[in-house]
Parts: sequence; structure tokens; C-alpha cells
Amino acid sequence: MAPTPALRTRDLTKVYRSGEVEVHALRGVSLDLYPADLIVLLGPSGSGKSTLLNILGGLDTASGGEAWFGDLQLTGLDDRGLTRYRRAHVGFVFQFYNLIPSLTALENVALVTEIAERPMSPEEALRIVGLGERLHHFPAQLSGGEQQRVAIARAIAKRPGILLCDEPTGALDSRTGILVLEAIERIHAELGTTTVLITHNAVIADMTDRVLVMGDGRILEERHNTRRRRAAELSW
Amino acid sequence: MTPLNRKLYRDLWRLRGQVLAIALVIASGIAVLAMSLTSMEALTDTALAYYERYRFADVFARVERAPGYMADRIRALPGVQSVDTRVVKSAILDMPGFDEPVIGQLVSVPERATPPLNQLALRSGRLPRVGHPDEAILSEPFAEAHGLGPGGRFGAVINGNRRTLTVVGIALSPEFVYTIGPGALMPDDHRFGIVWLGEEALQAAFDLKGAFNQVSLSLLRGTDPELVIRRLDQMLARYGGVGAYARADQMSNWFLMNEIRQLESLAAILPTVFLAVAAFLTNMVLARLIAMERSEIGLLKAFGYTNATIAWHYVKFVIGVAVVGILIGWAAGYWFGLLNTRLYADFYRFPFLLFDPSPRAFVIAALVSVAAALAGTLGAVRAGVRIPPAEAMRPPSPPMFQRTRLGRSRLFAALDQPTRILLRQIGRYPVRSTLTSLGTGMAVAVLVSSLQWLDSINHLVDVYFQQAQAQDVTVGFATTKSSEVERDLGRLPGVVTTESMRAVAAKLRFGPREERQALQGVPAHQELSRVYDASGHALEMPPDGLVISTMLAEMLDVGIGDRITVEVLEGRRPVFEVPVAATFETYIGSPAYLDIRALNRLMHERPSVNSVHLRLDRNEMQDFYRELKAVPQVAWLSLKEAAVATFHDTLAKTLLIFIGFFVVFACTLAFGVTYNAARIALSERGRELATLRVLGFTRAEISYILLGEIGFLTLVALPLGCVLGYALGALILRAFKTELYRIPMAIQLETLGLAVLIILSATVFSAFLVRRRLDHLDLIAVLKTRE
Ligand SMILES: Nc1ncnc2c1ncn2[C@@H]1O[C@H](COP(=O)(O)OP(=O)(O)OP(=O)(O)O)[C@@H](O)[C@H]1O
Ligand SMILES: [Mg+2]
Repeated sequence: MAPTPALRTRDLTKVYRSGEVEVHALRGVSLDLYPADLIVLLGPSGSGKSTLLNILGGLDTASGGEAWFGDLQLTGLDDRGLTRYRRAHVGFVFQFYNLIPSLTALENVALVTEIAERPMSPEEALRIVGLGERLHHFPAQLSGGEQQRVAIARAIAKRPGILLCDEPTGALDSRTGILVLEAIERIHAELGTTTVLITHNAVIADMTDRVLVMGDGRILEERHNTRRRRAAELSW
Repeated sequence: MTPLNRKLYRDLWRLRGQVLAIALVIASGIAVLAMSLTSMEALTDTALAYYERYRFADVFARVERAPGYMADRIRALPGVQSVDTRVVKSAILDMPGFDEPVIGQLVSVPERATPPLNQLALRSGRLPRVGHPDEAILSEPFAEAHGLGPGGRFGAVINGNRRTLTVVGIALSPEFVYTIGPGALMPDDHRFGIVWLGEEALQAAFDLKGAFNQVSLSLLRGTDPELVIRRLDQMLARYGGVGAYARADQMSNWFLMNEIRQLESLAAILPTVFLAVAAFLTNMVLARLIAMERSEIGLLKAFGYTNATIAWHYVKFVIGVAVVGILIGWAAGYWFGLLNTRLYADFYRFPFLLFDPSPRAFVIAALVSVAAALAGTLGAVRAGVRIPPAEAMRPPSPPMFQRTRLGRSRLFAALDQPTRILLRQIGRYPVRSTLTSLGTGMAVAVLVSSLQWLDSINHLVDVYFQQAQAQDVTVGFATTKSSEVERDLGRLPGVVTTESMRAVAAKLRFGPREERQALQGVPAHQELSRVYDASGHALEMPPDGLVISTMLAEMLDVGIGDRITVEVLEGRRPVFEVPVAATFETYIGSPAYLDIRALNRLMHERPSVNSVHLRLDRNEMQDFYRELKAVPQVAWLSLKEAAVATFHDTLAKTLLIFIGFFVVFACTLAFGVTYNAARIALSERGRELATLRVLGFTRAEISYILLGEIGFLTLVALPLGCVLGYALGALILRAFKTELYRIPMAIQLETLGLAVLIILSATVFSAFLVRRRLDHLDLIAVLKTRE
């Protein structure tokens, strides 16, 4: 028997309406993600990657179709239900870190552990991303890569069911980007978190064995890498 | 329209909520300023025109009796332009349908000619005719209070004779713009009124044929009234002159001018508060606007726009905000000014009202507020212009926070992260946080300082009427009576206790200072009308020596033990020296007391009195009043209960309206501050809050961070505002302090509570408006952009 998918979508559509114009950001996406999957989502700009991720993460609502987290149906949850879902199960990492400037690294992580059910300690989360030494620095005192790693620690500290990363290396140079990817890789290995990673960088796709390519609101193809490369081996 | 101007309009429109909130604060300031200035102008213009048209005199003097030919001698004094002599007396009136006795001030008016001074503004009817001694003219407010018009009749005891007078006319006079009876604190048109009678009739009634007991003078332009007064006093001393006084000391005019002075203080103090807060708010909004437009500024500079163009662009924004406020403020100020002037016209009676505010008041108000707004925002504009183009193109680095000692403390470690965010945010912008608290505090202060009037007046009434005075009625006589009169009054129905008093007109001198002040002789131990210190105790009279009010001590610059020279202005006009034995604090007047036996001795007279305090049995009031109406030579009456009621009625009419205005103004202030603070916090931290929502924080939780900050600053502001309210209240009361009355500071806890509650509601309301915006945060947009 196949394992139950951690995330599942069926004919997911999303239409943005602004006045007369309709933008079909998703035109029917069906997808199964299994526990401990590490998936890279590739695709040209405007193909709907972020839209899909935001719906999976409970930030946005679909226009049609269904999305499930385990046996929790996401499509149909109201704002309150989505908030509870994000709070309990989802870890986000964004291109622009989105740290709280008035909180230290440790406090930024504690922000999430305080409201989580069975979190790890903020110190531990920061150690996983290699920032055990910078606990009491404010964002303004950290480099971009360090800030992004704090954001990752913040995302994983609550031991989320899924980790969603939207171009986490987009604002970083390659050396720093690789450090960040290493952190994600390590978390995936140690915690077995289902992880979705959006990127424009095809090289990064080598990190995983399952790559989804999107185009025009659809999943165009699914590739399986025969050989996974470690993040440290990547270069671009 | 240039693109920059289009941007300006869009900015103003986009920030309309905040612009309006600030504009309302500016408008409040302008409204108060314009209201005070226009009412001042209206009162001044009206009074001057009235005085001029009806020839209000410059100097006044009372005598006992002077022969008519003295008028010519007075006219011959250097600097005197014209002279008018009259008979002025008092009488008890019996008004139809009014049980209590009423005091009428009888003033003679020539039957055949228009008097040269203090002419009547006849409102209806005509003057008394020769040979009709019972024809009378009533002052308009008095006639209105009693519903009398021409043809009406009322009774009067004139010089001991009961007569029935017929109203033939209703008039106003520049002498009685503000009509306040002797011994009264507030006008009471039911119990005191002016009655003009024909000159010949009045002379005949008081045995003053060919004589007068009051003289008014007008002076040639540029004449010093003091010089004339001195000559006049010398001339009139032997006719029983009790000292001439200038127009400035004439009762009605004094009150009117004092009112104008108080408006002036109001115009100076309160608008300052509003405009200062408005300046701060404008600065806060503009600084935020410039911070958000850093890159646009850089871009404009890169295109070659000059610093001056950019600065002018933001200055225009400030002017735009101010103009909105000015327009609202002008409209409100004009309307309030008209309302206020009409309100004044109830107490200050003019035959016409000149409410034609010159543009001056409005221009001043507008200039002051634009200047305040610009001064407040200069720093923000300069900082914006200084941004170098290259730097402006880079996004600002995240604001720097530092771990302070507090941040490392155990206490802080116990706090959850949202609370830390909140506290650090406050600590990060200490100046802005302080000013925000100060702004809300000012709203509380404005409210406290206007609500305090009720407390102060209640306290004054309580101390002056309830604690100090145990009498129900005081009967004052036109002349000095032998002490038997006390016994006679004691026999009237319902009288329980009596206490007599004697007052003599005098000049008190110490060193170079001189004050006209009646010397009041009272029993050593007073049972009814007590010499009472405001701190709450009565004073016994020492056998010799004066007990004077601290106000008089201040005016004469004397202390206990100093010997004051007293020059009595009646009887044998003795001059003597008495030491100051004690001083006491009182809110009304600047009285001087001494033992009545000592006074009689110093006057070289048998025991005499000129007023008697009575305590009555309430069941026999009607009988008492009926018999009192027949007592001869009563010159004034003071009914305590009526005085207290008048006090409260008058205040209810004026003060409550005034307080109503200020509740609205203060709420505007609190709303403006809170709304802007919250909107700016939202603008600065919308991204942060959206991120928190993404991380799974609920709306309530992020509201806590944003509104918690506002709440915290408000909590600090409330006690601060109470303290500021005390200070502002004290400032205003000090500006309102006069020799005639001092309003004590007596803010009650309930008043502070009420002020706090009102401001809290305004704050909660503005927080609620901002809270609704929090529900519409765009979670996805913040993830796409960098700040
Ligand atoms: N709020 C919105 N209103 C209207 N259209 C939108 C909105 N958000 C996204 N879109 C449209 O939906 C489509 C998909 O957008 P999405 O952000 O998912 O693309 P993406 O694949 O993440 O692109 P990129 O790689 O550039 O981030 C685009 O055409 C975009 O213009
Ligand atoms: Mg995207």
C-alpha cells in the first residue's frame, strides 16, 4: 500500500480578477507530496509557483479544486482555520527573510516556538542552521545569508509538517546561497520534513530526486534525478 | 498640472484619514483662537461704540448731598468736558407675582432734556413726564425677568413711602451693561434692577431739591483721570464724597473689560496647546512619508530636481494639511465666535451687537497655524532633502535595535516575544513615543482644565456660601443706623438670630500704596457671617488690629504687625493707624475686618450698624418677606439661597456650553494623536505584522503588538495628562485671577476620572478604526517585495 500523501491537490485552480482582466495563475494542478519528500519547483516567471506554494501553505485560497494536508481539507477553511493550520504545521522561508527587526536572532525563533505545540528550543534550531554563536544579534547586525538562516531556523523550530521555501537563495550570492541550502538539506535529513523549494536556478534542482516543472499554471513535467548531489557540491 | 503636484494631491488623498485627523486638531486650535479673537473684537467694538454713542462718562463720584451749583465748579476743573449730576438711591420693590423683596437702584433722568452723559438707550416706551412722579423706566433685563412692559405697575418703598410706579419705558444704559447688585457675586435680574425716575420726582422724594448725590464727568481727550479724581475728591469731601473713581473701576465696565482680558488669556493659552500638538502630528506624518519616499526623492534628484524643489514639494504638503484645518477652523471659529458673543449678550446687555469680525482674527489664526505646522516639520523636510541620491536608491537597512540593560534583565526575559517587540519599538523611538504620550496627555489636560471649572466653582460656593455663611438673609441700609435696628429686625416674623455689621468707606494706605477698601466692623466672635479662611477655619477679631485678606495684604504689600493708615471717607472722616493683626485667604474681593466696637470707637460714634445678617425659620419666610418690604431705608438685600441658585444657574448656562466645546476639542486632540500614531505604526510595521500573520499569529495577537504600543503610550499619557491638567488649570486660573475674585483650584478625583474616561473612549475609537485595517493586511504582497 502506498503511504498517505502529506499534501495532496486535485485540479487546483486560481484566478485573479482585477476589474475586467482575469489572470489564470493556476489552471488545474494535481499533486501528491509524501512525507519526507524534498521537491524542487522550477518554472519561468509567472508560471504560478508562488501561487501554488501560498495555497499549500494556507496563505491564499484557491478558486477551485481541492487541497489536503493529511486528512485536513485546506480548501474550504476560513481565515481562522488557515491561521491555525499555518501555526501548527507550516514553516515558511521567503526570499526577503522577513525577520522582525526589533527581535534578536534567538527571539525571532522564540517568536514561533512560543506558540507551537512541541517545538525544539530556539538555541537548537539556530545550531542546526549553524548560527549557535549569534543568538543575541539583531537582524541589522547579521549578513543576508545569516538572516536567511535565522529565517530557516524560525521556520523549522516548531517541527513543522511541511517546510515551504520560496526562492530562499534569490537574494544571496552563490557561496551564501549554498550555506542556506545546506541548512535546508540538513533539516530535511535530520527531521524528515516534507520540503518544497521554489527556485529559478536549475542547478539547485540537482539537490533532490523529484523536480516539478511548472508553466502557465500547470505542472508540465515531473523529473526524477538519478543522482542527488549534496548542496555543498553545487556551484553556479 | 506638474507631475509633482499631481503626486501631492494623491498623497493628500491617500493619507486623507490622517490629514483629516491633523486638520481637525489644527481646526480646534484655530476655532478657539478665532472664537476668542472674534468675541473679543465684537465685545470691544460693541462696547466702544455703545459708550461713544450714549456718552458713557469717564469719572464717577458719590456724595451724600451736594448743591446743584457744584456742577459748574466741577465743570471748571481742568480737563473736564461735561458734567452730569444725578440722584441715585435704592428702594425695596414689590414686584407683581414675586414674593421676595427686590432691590431697585433708582437713578434720576431729566424729564425735559437729554442728559449730557450716560444716556439711555430707550428700547420701548418713553421718558417720564414732568409732573408724573410715578412714571418709571425699567432696565430691559429686569423688565424681562419680571415680564413687565410699558403700562405695567409695581410697588416701591421710596424713602419710607409706599408708592405704585407705572412703567412707561424700557431702556438700557452704558452704565449698566453688566448689572450686579450690591453684595452680589452674579447678576440676578429677578432680585436687582435699575429703575429710572424723573429727576424732579426723585429729588423731591429724597429731599434733594436743587441738589445731587452722584456726579459723572467726561474728560477732554488725553486728560489723566487720576488728576481730576484728586481735585474732585478735595472738592467733594465736605459733601460726604466717598471717593471718585475712573471708568476702569466702574463696576459694569470693569466686568466687561475683565471678560475681554480673559478671552485674551484664553486666546493665548489653549490654541498654543492645539497647534503644538498639530505641529508634532504633521511632523510625524511627514517624516513617515519622506521615509517611504526615500527612493523617489533619490530618483528625482538623479533626474536633476533641485533640493529647493523637493523641499517645496513637502512644504506644500504641510501647507495643504494646514489649509484643510484652517478652513474648518475658520468656519467653526466664526460660528463659535457668534455663538459665544450671543451668549455674552445675555449677561452683557447692549442695545446693538457689532459682530463683524475683521479678517484680522482669521488671518492671525491661519498664519499662526501654518507657522506652527511648518516649524514642526522643518526637521523632517530638511532630513528628507539631505538624502544623497545614491543612498536614497538603496533600501534603508533594517532599523538598528540594541540590547539595553533592561533587555538583558530577568524581568525582560520573562516576557513573550510580542511584548518584547512592543517595548523595543517604544524604546527605539523614544522622542516620538514621548511626544505621542505627551499629545494624548495634552488632550487629558485640556479636558481636566475645562472640567475643573465645575469643581472650582462648587468649591468656591461651598466655602464662601455654605461654610463661611450661616445667615439666610443680609439686610443692608442706605445710611448708618443705631444698633437698635438689629433689635427691630430681630422682631420680624421668623427671625431666629441676628448679627450686625458696620462697613465704612475708607482709603487704606501703606507706604506709597493706597487702596480704596471698605472697613468692615464685625463682632469679635461671629455666629452668622464668619470671617473665614479658605483652608477651613473662622477667625476671631482681636480687640484692636485689622484682619485682612491676603489679597489686600498683597495689594498694599503689608505683613502682620505693619501699621496701615486708614482715611475714613464718611462721618467725621477720621484718619488713624491700625496694625495688621492677622491675614486670611478668601476667594472674593479683598476685604478688611476689625472688631465692630473698635471701629465705632475709632469713628467716634455710638454703636452703629449698616447691615444686619439674619437667620430665619424657613416656615415663616413668606411673612418675613412681606414685612421686610415695609422696612425703611433698606438699600440692599442678599438672600443666600437665591445667590447660590443664581450662581449655579448662570454657570449652567455658560460653563456647560463652554465645557461642551472643550470636550469636543479634547476628543479631537486625543483622536488625532492616537489615530496618527497607530496609522504610522501600521505603515512602518505592516510588513512585520503580515509576516507574523504568515507565521501563524492570529489577528488578535498582531493587534496586541500594534495597539498594545498605543495602549501602553496611552496608559502613560493618562496620569501624565492629569498632572499636565493641574498645571494647565493653574495657569488658566492664574490668568483669570482678579482683585475681585480668585477661582480656587479644587480638582476632584471624579473629574480626573471623567477626563480619563472620555479620552480613553476617543483613543479606543481611533484604535478601533485602525484595527479594522489590520484585518485587511495583504499577506502575500509583503512576501514579494523587499520593504
Ligand atoms: N495579486 C495578484 N493579482 C493579479 N494577478 C496576480 C496576483 N498575484 C499573482 N498574479 C499573477 O499570477 C500569475 C502567477 O504568479 P506567481 O507569483 O505564482 O508566479 P511565479 O511562478 O511565482 O513567478 P516568479 O518566478 O516571478 O516569482 C502571474 O501571471 C501573476 O501576474
Ligand atoms: Mg514567485
